[in-house]
Amino acid sequence: MSEKLKKPQELAQVEFKPAPQGWMDPTVEFRKGTWNYAAVPETLEYLDLPYPRKWQPTDDDWQLPDGWEQIILTGMRERLKKYRSFQVFMDCCVRCGACADKCHYFIGSGDPKNMPVLRAELLRSVYRNDFTTAGKILGSIAGGRKLTVGVLKEWFYYFYQCTECRRCSVFCPYGIDTAEITMMARELMNLVGLSIEWICTPLSNCFRTGNHLGIQPHGFKDSIEFAVDELEEITGIRVDAPINKKGAEILFIAPSADYFASPHYFTLLGYLALFHEIGLDYTWSSYASEGGNFGLFHSTEMIKRLNAKMYAEAKRLGVKWILGGECGHMWRVIHQYMNTLNGPADFLETPRSPITGTTFDHASSTKMVHITEFTADLIRNNKLNLDPSRNDHWRTTFHDSCNPARAMGLLEEPRYIIKSVCNNFFEMPENTIREQTFCCGSGAGLGTDENMEMRMRGGMPRANAVQFVHDEHDVNLLLCICAIDKATLSPLMEYWVPEVEVGGIHEMVGNALIMKGEKERDVDLRGQDLSGKTHADESPAGGSQEEVAANA
Amino acid sequence: MRILIPLLAVVVLIAIGTVGGGGARYLFFVVLPYAGLAIFVLGIVYRVIHWARSPVPFRIPTSCGQQKSLPWIRSNNQENPHNMLGVIWRMILEVLFFRSLFRNTTTEIRQGPPRVLHNPDKWLWASSLLFHWSLLIILVRHFKYFVEPVPNWIIGLQNLDGFFQIGLPVLLLTDIVVVGALSYLVLRRLWEAKLRYISLPADYFALFLLLGITGSGIYLRYFDKSDITLAKQLGTGLLSFAPVVPEGLGATFGVHLFLVSILLAYIPLSKLVHMAGVFMSPTRNMVNNNRWERHVNPWDYPVTVHTYEEYEDEFRDVMKAAELPVEKD
Repeated sequence: MSEKLKKPQELAQVEFKPAPQGWMDPTVEFRKGTWNYAAVPETLEYLDLPYPRKWQPTDDDWQLPDGWEQIILTGMRERLKKYRSFQVFMDCCVRCGACADKCHYFIGSGDPKNMPVLRAELLRSVYRNDFTTAGKILGSIAGGRKLTVGVLKEWFYYFYQCTECRRCSVFCPYGIDTAEITMMARELMNLVGLSIEWICTPLSNCFRTGNHLGIQPHGFKDSIEFAVDELEEITGIRVDAPINKKGAEILFIAPSADYFASPHYFTLLGYLALFHEIGLDYTWSSYASEGGNFGLFHSTEMIKRLNAKMYAEAKRLGVKWILGGECGHMWRVIHQYMNTLNGPADFLETPRSPITGTTFDHASSTKMVHITEFTADLIRNNKLNLDPSRNDHWRTTFHDSCNPARAMGLLEEPRYIIKSVCNNFFEMPENTIREQTFCCGSGAGLGTDENMEMRMRGGMPRANAVQFVHDEHDVNLLLCICAIDKATLSPLMEYWVPEVEVGGIHEMVGNALIMKGEKERDVDLRGQDLSGKTHADESPAGGSQEEVAANA
Repeated sequence: MRILIPLLAVVVLIAIGTVGGGGARYLFFVVLPYAGLAIFVLGIVYRVIHWARSPVPFRIPTSCGQQKSLPWIRSNNQENPHNMLGVIWRMILEVLFFRSLFRNTTTEIRQGPPRVLHNPDKWLWASSLLFHWSLLIILVRHFKYFVEPVPNWIIGLQNLDGFFQIGLPVLLLTDIVVVGALSYLVLRRLWEAKLRYISLPADYFALFLLLGITGSGIYLRYFDKSDITLAKQLGTGLLSFAPVVPEGLGATFGVHLFLVSILLAYIPLSKLVHMAGVFMSPTRNMVNNNRWERHVNPWDYPVTVHTYEEYEDEFRDVMKAAELPVEKD
């Protein structure tokens, strides 16, 4: 973490000082700690994306291609015709301000252009100027702004200060979804070669090797086998973790961080233990070794290009259906985009749990089930032998990840599991959970080290709610079902509430799961001593967020 | 300037209405109302068709409640609709009762040990709801100027509106409420720093225009006490497309009618189309059934992917060395 970062107490002194003359004149300052590095040209070249070049947002000259204004305006016209959401959201905002203080970045930074309404106005002003009669005639009186380099720089800064979490859309009386507007703005900027490194590098890695981190097939196998070894040390049981196995019943796809980062890794151990214990006939895939899809943070086309691997691999391996791991944005893609983009998956069958016989009719078209849906069904049907007291050293709370909450409605399944495997569970205040949950502050490709100040600011509302349950109930573990959360809530907690650690739900399942023939468990999946069932401070497994960043 | 320009615009409109109502009476009492109405109807139809012509490529409802998944988990069909019935219910609550606005909170950071507080805040919801409902009731009440005999339910509505029987003519509650709510909506834009920052001239213009209309209407009813029979003569004439301009309608009436004509024409050209837009919002009007019913994107096109074959070609050697199965040896 950057040493220059202010102390939490100072950062919490959020100032709101809107410029008295308003926002129509574009101004933006790329202040250290609040923006992301530009995409490197090699990644754009690998993906055949336009105008690769070496540049940084702090450069005066962004080396924009000739006629860039026209490229963007043409792109805008196309998208207005392709997306009703974009067209309607450009037209019907009344600027009532209900969304203004619902954005975690606005709450944490006080920057008035981080109010969702104003973020959208940055784009809407150009829309009014070039696409509406009033704007063409009245110009700035009608709220129109000409597209200039200044405006473009503002777009870059503020549309990469939106995590597409959709919290504002819950409060908007017209359902205007800033995520939708941010996605459009980012697509427009892509047209002239403007994107960020932390999105484009994982994209090109994932395109080539199948996962964000660029892990090649043998490295993938090593990681899984290492986990199998580790699980054996803890439980005394050697589990089977097949990779690229043709004819398996189920293809399992998890976010790559699960097998490469901490604390994700403990969730992986949980998956492995669970699948072994229920005798699941499944396989991993090295080709589709990434559940996440940074295409969601880039463009619809990139979503499709990467997501295609899931169905293609399911077909090649001849599985019956697909099971998906703990990941947030991955599940927005699977739930709201995959079937449309790469379906119909008519070569697969309606998912049916081979253990309980439950048919997952709600996934009868996409053919993909969320692991918490799968496990909740197992527990409900008494198929698991659980000892929740093995999690007694944890006092847990649950962070609803933005996408499963607001783009699916996956709210009760994770809670049901947690309550079955943990004796101590405490909810955060109601305005900060479920559909009103607060973002980790680092989603949508913004979880970089160089953006650390903005991340700590954006994560403040979430961290503060954790602080509340920590103070009230001595909570020491923040559970979540999202790989980005696991990576970014950890430094967020370290900064705001250092007493609280971060974990996944299947880590808790793995701890509580009594496996047939297991040895007396003296440690939990983190290797922490269970003998006194007290909370140990040391976490032996390595792999910090920074290391992951370095690898991606 | 953002406040002054729209204020001046409305003042100018009032002046035009005053002069026009006395002079070019046929233009102001017949031609402009017809024109305003025509622009309103055609404009809204055009807008809706224009929106509808942009397809909805992806099903993107914002889910605000539990999804429908396992049978023993209670799903929330209102906040996260899993069928059309749920969508209709969600839209009814949204359109008639401003469901989403009802959730509104005000965020505050209390210092000391910093605490982010999310206090319930119903003021915006209440004032918007009161304003819109009052405006609707006032609009419906005005039908009495267009039809003869006046249907009983309109008389009933007006009697209800004047329930408290204060003054003569009887004070109508909606008249007070609409002015109160509009004033609050103006004041919060001026008072609250956030709102002041985001407000455009158009936002003030709409509010000033509506205040002009309600103000002139109230003046007509309670102070000017315009001859209702004359207004009714004009109204029924307009409605039957046989317009007559009765003598004796005053300047204030001219202002009132002119501002209404302007408002009608302004609605489809401005943010006031939100009245139609809310029905078209994909995050609210769609069923969250993505995983059991495939949504088709009409402009879907093939993209370049990295196939398994290409992947294996690049990594075959390392795959074989790691004893991972391969397609081709």
